[in-house]
Amino acid sequence: MAVERRGAAIDIAGLRKEYLSGPGRVLALDGVSLRITPGEFVCIVGPSGCGKSTLLRILAGLDTQTGGTIKVDAPGWAVENAMVFQESGLFPWMSVEANVGFGLMTRRVPAREAAPRVDAALKLVGLAKFRKHYPHQLSGGMRQRCAIARAFVTDPGMLLMDEPFAALDAQNRVILQAELVRIWEQTRKTVLYITHSIDEALLLGDRTVVMTAQPGRIKEIIEVPFAHPRNLMTLSASPEFGKLKLDIWRVLEDEVMRARAEAER
Amino acid sequence: MSGLSGKAQERLLYLISPIGLLVVWQILLMLGFGDRRFIPAPTDIAVRFWSLLASGELALHVGVTLYRVLVGFVVGVVPAVAMGLLMAMFKPVRIFFDPLIASLFPIPKIALMPLLLLALGFGDASKIALVAIAVFFPVIVNTYVGAANIEKIYWDVAKNYGASQTVMFTRIVFFGALPTIFAGLRIALAVSFIVLVAAEFVATKSGIGYLIWNSWELLQVDVMFVGIVTIGILGLITSVLFQEVERWAIPWKTE
Repeated sequence: MAVERRGAAIDIAGLRKEYLSGPGRVLALDGVSLRITPGEFVCIVGPSGCGKSTLLRILAGLDTQTGGTIKVDAPGWAVENAMVFQESGLFPWMSVEANVGFGLMTRRVPAREAAPRVDAALKLVGLAKFRKHYPHQLSGGMRQRCAIARAFVTDPGMLLMDEPFAALDAQNRVILQAELVRIWEQTRKTVLYITHSIDEALLLGDRTVVMTAQPGRIKEIIEVPFAHPRNLMTLSASPEFGKLKLDIWRVLEDEVMRARAEAER
Repeated sequence: MSGLSGKAQERLLYLISPIGLLVVWQILLMLGFGDRRFIPAPTDIAVRFWSLLASGELALHVGVTLYRVLVGFVVGVVPAVAMGLLMAMFKPVRIFFDPLIASLFPIPKIALMPLLLLALGFGDASKIALVAIAVFFPVIVNTYVGAANIEKIYWDVAKNYGASQTVMFTRIVFFGALPTIFAGLRIALAVSFIVLVAAEFVATKSGIGYLIWNSWELLQVDVMFVGIVTIGILGLITSVLFQEVERWAIPWKTE
């Protein structure tokens, strides 16, 4: 069954970000141009410090670019974007349901309308039974689920995900990746997903953007041809997957080495 | 084998040192060390405590002192919390208040008592104002520090999820600072008893401070001790109640 792809279209052109660091200036992003079509799941990989988080923060409105433009076309979306952070960023003083409903509360969605949406989001991530719990009573995996529900409940034009599963143990990561793919297959939203794992990029996305070490530029964009619905376990064991992973590693390898040399200098 | 739980046993152990001290004190006086007219034995204090309690005199002084502490505490804490949060959120507010706090905090607040008597007269208002001023400073400093040290990710999340300044203030900064605010309130509670009892030494006819000072002038040493013990008991009770309030107000705080 083909689900209609829906979400915002993003057009990033010549994006540049420079910031002051002590006495000098650091060029974090340079000439980044990327078009993302509605409903596309794009993963960005790159060595640490390549500015991939900066790119996401600019899209999220948490930072501003020094140059270049970003056009987001999100007709009919009340909420342009919602971000899922690396550390869940759940408010410890709010219950699970209050955290999930936060983006509705700030936008003054009336309780009558908000309650069923929060319910649906909690069910979507399997946390309906934990709605009255506080974040410190949840495991790391459940916290990230809650953060994902908080993003989905606002029905954003695009989801911005900044290594959301990086802090989880390997088993939880596999489970949450599968859940994210399942949720995405149901909703077909535009997703921009940052990771340092090639595996993750190939398992989740339609395209993988490889970035260079500082300053961050786009080195190569690789199409990921695997069809949906995806079974992540069988997919990751397939020869096509292994070959593509190796291709991407070859593109990425120089940059990782360069980032290391830079850091050790 | 005792039937008590580990926790109850631990609580009983806490009583060993204070009870031991009282027993030693009593025995030394009974053996003739010290003059019982100037250093009453625990039993003398207990007897006097009971008679003051039975006559209703103690309750009167306790009531007056608690009333002044409570009203002064609320009057001082509410603006301190609000201004501490505003200082953390807005730099101009911080720049305006920082030097004022730095210069006014170290002034012993009891030194303001004559001024307050001049301004507000000999009634409750001057004592309440003194308590309010004394609690204001530790609370505003703690609130500001707590709010300024909220993890950056909470600001990011709030901003990305469309929080207005009002939501930021009431849902994020206030709650984020709440554990530190409570640490400030705890200090403020002790401070309020300290300054109030000192203030009640002069210019009033009621309150625990008055009871102590008056019995000094009449050389009723046992009544003085009753006053001192009463303050200790009040401090203990309010502190325990305070812990309960804190547990209720900060359910997310892990033990």
